[in-house]
Amino acid sequence: MSTVETTSHDNAHTTFDAKPIWRTFWILLGITLVEITLATIHLKTGFPNKYVLNGIYLILTCAKAFYIIAEFMHLRHEIKNMIMTIAVPALIFVWFIIAFLWDGSSYNALRNRYDAHYAEQNLIKVAPAEGEKPAAEKPGSAQ
Amino acid sequence: MAQAIPAGQKWWSGGKSPFNVEYGKLMMWYFLMSDSFTFGAFLISYGSIRFATNGWPNPNEVFKAFPLVPESIHLPLVFVSLMTFILIMSSVTMVLAVAAGHNNDQKKVTFYMILTIIGGLMFLSCQAWEWTHLHGEGAWWGRNPFPNADGSKASTNFTNFFFTITGFHGFHVFSGVVINVIMLIKNLRGDFAKRGHYLMIEKAGLYWHFVDLVWVFVFTCFYLL
Repeated sequence: MSTVETTSHDNAHTTFDAKPIWRTFWILLGITLVEITLATIHLKTGFPNKYVLNGIYLILTCAKAFYIIAEFMHLRHEIKNMIMTIAVPALIFVWFIIAFLWDGSSYNALRNRYDAHYAEQNLIKVAPAEGEKPAAEKPGSAQ
Repeated sequence: MAQAIPAGQKWWSGGKSPFNVEYGKLMMWYFLMSDSFTFGAFLISYGSIRFATNGWPNPNEVFKAFPLVPESIHLPLVFVSLMTFILIMSSVTMVLAVAAGHNNDQKKVTFYMILTIIGGLMFLSCQAWEWTHLHGEGAWWGRNPFPNADGSKASTNFTNFFFTITGFHGFHVFSGVVINVIMLIKNLRGDFAKRGHYLMIEKAGLYWHFVDLVWVFVFTCFYLL
């Protein structure tokens, strides 16, 4: 790891011990079990608020992603410059995600505010019989 | 990890490997980065559509079946947890194959590659069962039998995104299995032993882990959130 002046193809600096592999496996399994346990508790009791829960899921997902990339894909043991060429574009993507979700949410808010028909659709519960349209769904009845 | 680079040293003038990885491995990394952008674009469109919709079906109501268990027994998350476990497990056997390759242990590479392929096939079978089951319930592209969580009528966006994204992921798993089978055959022929290194196994391994990585996000986006 100390020198990069190599042209040979043997990656002598990379070591694949069985121990960290299994450690990573247990971490991944543990995180997944925690996620499922939280989901089950939420189903039974509704205890962790859904928004809090979603935040926890996202953090745990990122943790899992980190362990897969760092340990299984061995990126943690590569040269820092190479890590950066992969990590930086991926991290810029996070901004992209936030921007799009924000945009979607804003679009929905605007439609609910200015499109009465659209907002009303959510109040109509699914009709028991197929093809039987509730009165509110007919055009012109939205006002 | 990082080191100071002496002034005036021309790292990119050739004859050196600045990232200290083989060309093919580096290109696999960049391919996977571009592939992650494709998946990212899919998941972003899923997310923004979901944020732009008032109601959405509750995944615990949709994904609650398990093979050979009567329909009346609801087991939310159990089947998909099994699928996640299978994929993580096959990822582990893949790393063990890579590790065996580092020790030039041809027999162990064969053994772990076979296990990885079995894991991949198991995952694909699970997905095939789930798709068949959902199709049996009337879900498909353009058809969504599941109402929103609040009881209002859902759009077909839910099923469209589900089948497109899990289908695209399943296609990646399938290609991964094909690549792994090719690697297994090459290993059995002794190609890597003759070459003196098992870097091809490493590259196939990177792809396989990427498939696992994408599943982590698909699992969260479709089954948990």
